[in-house]
Amino acid sequence: MSTTTLEMAPVVRSTAQGITRNAMEVATSVTLALVGAAAIWDSARIGAGWGADGPQSGYFPFWLGIILAGTSFANLLPILRGRGEHAGKMFVTWPQLRLVLSVLIPTVFYVAAIPITGLYVASAVLVAYFMMKLGDFTWRSAVPAGLATAVVAFATFEIWFLVGLPKGPLEDMLGF
Amino acid sequence: MAPAILAPGARAQRGWEPMRPVQFIIPAGTGGGADQMARVIQGIVSKHGLMKQPMVVVNKAGGAGAEGFLEAKGARGNPHMLVITLSNLFATPLATGVPFNWKDLTPVTMMALDEFVLWVKADSPWKTVADVIAAAKDQRLKLGGTGSKQEDQIIAAAITKSSGAPFTYVPFRGGGEVAVQLVGGHIDATVNNPIEAVTHWRSGALRPLCVFDDKRLAGTEKMTDTQSWSDIPTCKEQGLDVDYLMLRGIFMPAGVKPEQVAFYEGLMAKVRETPEWKELIQQGAFNTTTLTGDAFRAWLTKEDERHKTLMQEAGFLAQPS
Amino acid sequence: MEEIGLLMQGFAVALQPDNMLLMLIGVVLGVLIGVLPGLGGANGIAILLPLTFAMPPVSAVIMLSCIYWGALFGGAITSILFNIPGEPWSVATTFDGYPMAQQGRAGEALTAAFTSSFVGAFVAVVMITFVAPVIAGFALRFGPPEFFAVMFLSFASFVGMAKGSPLKSLAAMMLGFLLAAVGMDTVTGQLRMTFGSSEMIRGFDFLVAVIGLFGISEILCSIEDGLSFKGQKAKIDLKVVLRTWKEMPKHALLAARSAIIGVWMGITPAGATPASFMSYGVARKMSKDPAGFGHGKIEGVIAPETAAHAAGTSALLPMLTLGVPGSPTAAVLLGGLIMWGLQPGPMLFVEQKEFVWGLIASMYLGNIAGLLVVLVAVPWFAAILRVPFPIIAALILTVCAIGAYTVSNAEFDIVLMLIFGVVGYVMKKLDYPLAPLVLALVLGDRTEEAFRQSLLVSEGSMGIFFHNWLSGGIMAAGIALLAWPLLGWLRGVIASGMGRARAA
Repeated sequence: MSTTTLEMAPVVRSTAQGITRNAMEVATSVTLALVGAAAIWDSARIGAGWGADGPQSGYFPFWLGIILAGTSFANLLPILRGRGEHAGKMFVTWPQLRLVLSVLIPTVFYVAAIPITGLYVASAVLVAYFMMKLGDFTWRSAVPAGLATAVVAFATFEIWFLVGLPKGPLEDMLGF
Repeated sequence: MAPAILAPGARAQRGWEPMRPVQFIIPAGTGGGADQMARVIQGIVSKHGLMKQPMVVVNKAGGAGAEGFLEAKGARGNPHMLVITLSNLFATPLATGVPFNWKDLTPVTMMALDEFVLWVKADSPWKTVADVIAAAKDQRLKLGGTGSKQEDQIIAAAITKSSGAPFTYVPFRGGGEVAVQLVGGHIDATVNNPIEAVTHWRSGALRPLCVFDDKRLAGTEKMTDTQSWSDIPTCKEQGLDVDYLMLRGIFMPAGVKPEQVAFYEGLMAKVRETPEWKELIQQGAFNTTTLTGDAFRAWLTKEDERHKTLMQEAGFLAQPS
Repeated sequence: MEEIGLLMQGFAVALQPDNMLLMLIGVVLGVLIGVLPGLGGANGIAILLPLTFAMPPVSAVIMLSCIYWGALFGGAITSILFNIPGEPWSVATTFDGYPMAQQGRAGEALTAAFTSSFVGAFVAVVMITFVAPVIAGFALRFGPPEFFAVMFLSFASFVGMAKGSPLKSLAAMMLGFLLAAVGMDTVTGQLRMTFGSSEMIRGFDFLVAVIGLFGISEILCSIEDGLSFKGQKAKIDLKVVLRTWKEMPKHALLAARSAIIGVWMGITPAGATPASFMSYGVARKMSKDPAGFGHGKIEGVIAPETAAHAAGTSALLPMLTLGVPGSPTAAVLLGGLIMWGLQPGPMLFVEQKEFVWGLIASMYLGNIAGLLVVLVAVPWFAAILRVPFPIIAALILTVCAIGAYTVSNAEFDIVLMLIFGVVGYVMKKLDYPLAPLVLALVLGDRTEEAFRQSLLVSEGSMGIFFHNWLSGGIMAAGIALLAWPLLGWLRGVIASGMGRARAA
């Protein structure tokens, strides 16, 4: 297992390529404005007025949505006019992003796998994968560590505390 | 757990038995009436060793219990799942439009029925139901209850319908909270279950006016210096023709085998024989009616219809969106 | 002093060897439960409750209340070490506790947290011992308008805290309120913003959001600078405890104020979470160095921890005397009392003296046992940071997933946790403050509920919030706190305006 991609020399931010801060600011503001719009739309549907004895169900979400959308636009304006205080700065550089993704992508697979394999199997694989891919461990130590994690978690939750966590075909086979 | 792995063929000789931990779903939050009952059942089962497999209690309270019911609906054919229900079995689908009906479950047994009592503050001028009705017609009274468009508000609507007296219904999160709000004088009346208000009655802070049942409560032990549960008149005696009882029942997902239902029926019957259960029943002045099988189904069908009517009249049905 | 005699009898019960053993087991179990996010407090006790049904009530409640203490102590551990609050009331502890750990002061932060928890809880227990009946009556005065006033005060004490863009703070807070509103509206039973999805009915649980926003996003942020956690090089031994203790007396006044806030919030019963936020906010406002908060200031650990534990402890009082739980954990304990044939409420103190005083004595002893256990373990906890990054990152992710799942037993919550993790990462890097979002998310729906209940009671009149001295007074205090920075700003404007006028 190679770890070369992860041992990048620290990169000077100003010269590096990546996602610009302003692009991210715009994307975030637009997303928040959309969330606000969704709130306004749903609240208008269920009634956003002020009834005889106080606000209706949609009253608060409606105004919250309006304020959220409003502040998002206000955040957007200086950037669109090119006067953002962070103009020219990076949100994340490509090497940094690669590092972040080296953790995030396996985590996405981990979360996606839980409904299929159950939490224990997925966790064992995650621990072993991280140890081998992100650390200098060989399978000789990584695989037992993964298994140990799963067994300890299983013993703690399923047997000792009687808390059921997501289980998959393996646990099913073993009769749990 | 070792024997379970080693000898899969050794069991299931006499009738069916659970082969893995049984999930017990509570479609309500921790600390409420249904939660208490489920945990008592779990405690009894483990203390008396009534089942070889452990019972795992799981709260799924989201959307007034809709979450728990949908989970059980989706677990068709799973014999290792039980659901304890309260009135939200009928009220939640009607009030929220969540696609669910009690027929999506297999009824196992009715454990008991929970009573409702009309309570006012002990230092209020109202001594009878008629006093309260008259006062409510004079100036709108505030009636507190648990949740919205659930049993307490249905009773409130039924009182208004029967007597013509309007009430402002103020919803709170739990029965204990409602009782204390009444003791503190922030609301005028409640329809608390006996167990939620009994301690305030005994300390002299609250006064029960009537019980929403067609016969009086069973307990004849003196709870206060002068009164026992059976001294509380029924609402009908007091001229208010409203009765309402809340189901405390056990269900399984649909599509399970009859021998599996029979196992849990037997298990719950054993639970009801234990001293711990009898203690709980006595504490809470529960109505001890129990039903199984077809009689239970008939009861459920009737109650479902009744809730539909009551909630439609009160305007609590979900708007089709 | 009848209380002293009864308390001594209580001690005699609690000090029986088998009860002492149960106490120790309870504390250790509790710490374990508190460390695992999602399992903590209410869930933990609910899970262990059936185990105690076979014991005599006094022993059972001693063990359960020790689990409660242990969980209270344990909640701070993950907050400080990994920025993952194990319990809602440990969120405010992360604000300064985690930066301290990053600076290599994890041992110091943990010691400060445990010690102040102990102090807070101890003050509350003393209060319960001597003034229980008087104070219990006070809780009865809290109806919906008073409850709303307390919530308003919590927000007011926190506003103006966030650094950076006020627009971004506002946006974050609105997002928090909106997320809190998703799911069922408790006042009308209407489903809001679920958009027809059955997964949304549940709403956004606070802990799921916080595990993602704080815990997962922290992992993503810290790997940008290489695959390691900061703060590994801390020198950790038991001496750090003594060193920190030497510092603690300096903050006695802060601890006293925080304990009072906590006790008051516990009884009202607004609970430990708003207490911790309010105490942190007030500590910052009253500090000579408000800008230092959020960058690893020990006061920022002492204030919320003291208040949270004073509140968590005094929340047991309304449970015992009124039968109203001040916290979800207390709600589960309440169920336990009923199971043992004890009816919580005003009659408990009269009819079950042995039980009540045994419980109160166990509060003293359990608290001391808890402090000893966690302090001895401080170096071990802090040593977790030395585990190689790939292992610890994978373990944190696993624990977070378990925590998110156990909150309401939903697989979808694990997905939500991951989404919140990415959202938190983006927001942190764009300087959107997370504290207002979290505050709004945790207190949002209770606040709206209290507001609307009040208006139902008053038939639509806003005057109800000032209908008596209690709610009126709290509202006025809140308005004053809100106006404080505004006044300072106005004074500045007027002063500079006058200066300019004079110059002209």
